Amino acid sequence: MRHLRAINKKARRIDDLLSTTEGDFVALQQNNAAQRPHYPMGCSIVFSPGWEVDSTGGTAGLCQPVERDLYDCYISCYWPAQVPDHLNNYPEWTSKCAAATKDWRNIDLVFP
Amino acid sequence: MHLQVSEFHQFEAGGNPFLYLVPSGGIFAVDELSRKALAIAKEQPREAKELLDALVASGATVEDARDCIEELVGARALGPEGGWKEPIDEAPAKFPLQTLVINLTNQCNLSCQYCYEYGEDKVATPEGKAKFMELETAKQSVDFLFKESAGRNSVHITFFGGETLMNFPLLKQIVDYSQSEAKVKGVTIDYSLTTNATLLRQDIIEYLSTNAIGVTVSMDGPKEMNDQLRVFANGKGSYDIIVPKVKELLKHHTTRPIAARVTLTNGVRDVAKIFHHLKNEIGFHEVGFAPVTTSPTRLYAIDEKGLDDVLGQFEKLAYEYLEFALRGEHHGFSNVSDTLSELHQGISKSHPCGAGLGLLGVGPSGDISPCHRFVDSDEHKLGHVSEGMDSTKQQDFLKRGHVNAKYDCESCWARPVCAGGCYHEAFVRYGDTGHANLHYCDWIRGWTDLCLKIYGEIATHNPSFLNHFDQRKAS
Repeated sequence: MRHLRAINKKARRIDDLLSTTEGDFVALQQNNAAQRPHYPMGCSIVFSPGWEVDSTGGTAGLCQPVERDLYDCYISCYWPAQVPDHLNNYPEWTSKCAAATKDWRNIDLVFP
Repeated sequence: MHLQVSEFHQFEAGGNPFLYLVPSGGIFAVDELSRKALAIAKEQPREAKELLDALVASGATVEDARDCIEELVGARALGPEGGWKEPIDEAPAKFPLQTLVINLTNQCNLSCQYCYEYGEDKVATPEGKAKFMELETAKQSVDFLFKESAGRNSVHITFFGGETLMNFPLLKQIVDYSQSEAKVKGVTIDYSLTTNATLLRQDIIEYLSTNAIGVTVSMDGPKEMNDQLRVFANGKGSYDIIVPKVKELLKHHTTRPIAARVTLTNGVRDVAKIFHHLKNEIGFHEVGFAPVTTSPTRLYAIDEKGLDDVLGQFEKLAYEYLEFALRGEHHGFSNVSDTLSELHQGISKSHPCGAGLGLLGVGPSGDISPCHRFVDSDEHKLGHVSEGMDSTKQQDFLKRGHVNAKYDCESCWARPVCAGGCYHEAFVRYGDTGHANLHYCDWIRGWTDLCLKIYGEIATHNPSFLNHFDQRKAS
């Protein structure tokens, strides 16, 4: 590292880790000769049909967990996904889910 | 794809800029270009290319700018829009015990008003339980420690009370028994105790020194402060009784550093005066402070303004610590050295402390609790030394205490060192050990920022001093 200088022990571990994994981040990148850290080109920050898989057909290269989509269908998306009616019948549906990426397991099951 | 600034806390020390990364706990010194890159990305998320162009336009070469961005992304100071979201590992289901705090008795010869065991905010329910631990229970406790610490080659026993020395005969028996067991098992045991010092005698001091038992003395400073709340049942202050005994202890107990532990209350918060009295006039090796754990309505509770005042005083004393550190000298303000030690390791805590994980408390009855502060409380009982741990209760305690379970902590940059704060404090304030200690948030951030600056100063001007913190403190 030339621009950051590791000061404490954890920083030195991060530094060591980076120097051993340089060039390992390939997910969405083209197979160019110089392997640079991966900046994903598409993502699932919002539900956007067509972007739920990465270039390899998997989900590892996405910058958000796929589960995030479920929540976004409900909160902010135009896409007519089948989610519980949170205005009238199931207002508490997501009350235990403060951060979708971590708490999506707490979203209630609903049996209409 | 846009890049945005990730979670970190920026601070300056010795005229140099630093980053404290969250949640990793890494501390990096940053150069001018990195600082520029972060400032640009902070305005709004930018395409990587756009950021690169901006850096080049400011005079950097393309290669420098690209390396700089890569390093910032690699260290996770920059990241994808929405942040790096990776689940933190849960605590392992089986965690070998490191420290057992054994309450030899729940009885005490002082009547300190703020006592968390007997005071107005007590959580203990000692009615009908043993007041003094029996030898049989003590042996079971030691056996329990050996069983639960399987795989470790050194463990720790802390003797606690009540007033620990009211059951000194049992302390000696526990040392004997645990030593003979330890020899068979090839394990080393380290001992310590906390005492109010009223019952120290020459033979006890000799015994403690001979067996290298570490001693912490609970004491609140000079007479006029110590005697406000640290009193006998008749209201008489304890200062005059303990000072000659403490001086004997400091003179004759030479095998371990002796520490003082001060409880700050509304009327007792002249930090500098207390420190210099205990360190320089009495002669303690180090002095640690903690504000009293209490509900906010008590007369001795420190209000928000009072806490700010305490922080201001801690700051002054911390800069005195820095002066000592830059000269390579020991100072003794242990709140600073404890925090510096954590910052040096770059720890990122899943739980605020080791309670219920690597550390457990045992009451005189043999009931197991998460730590000494919950001893004798039915509500917090995690099992019995004769039967072992109730793993369901332990898991529930740990699950609620995990930093990921505390929504309030999610966006706080100080969470790697705080993780929500003391379980007991949380229970007294909010009735839930898993609640974040919200009344301390500003204080913790202020304190962590201060200690980061101290750390940065030492790293800049006398980095070899930090070698003191290389060894990670167990438990």
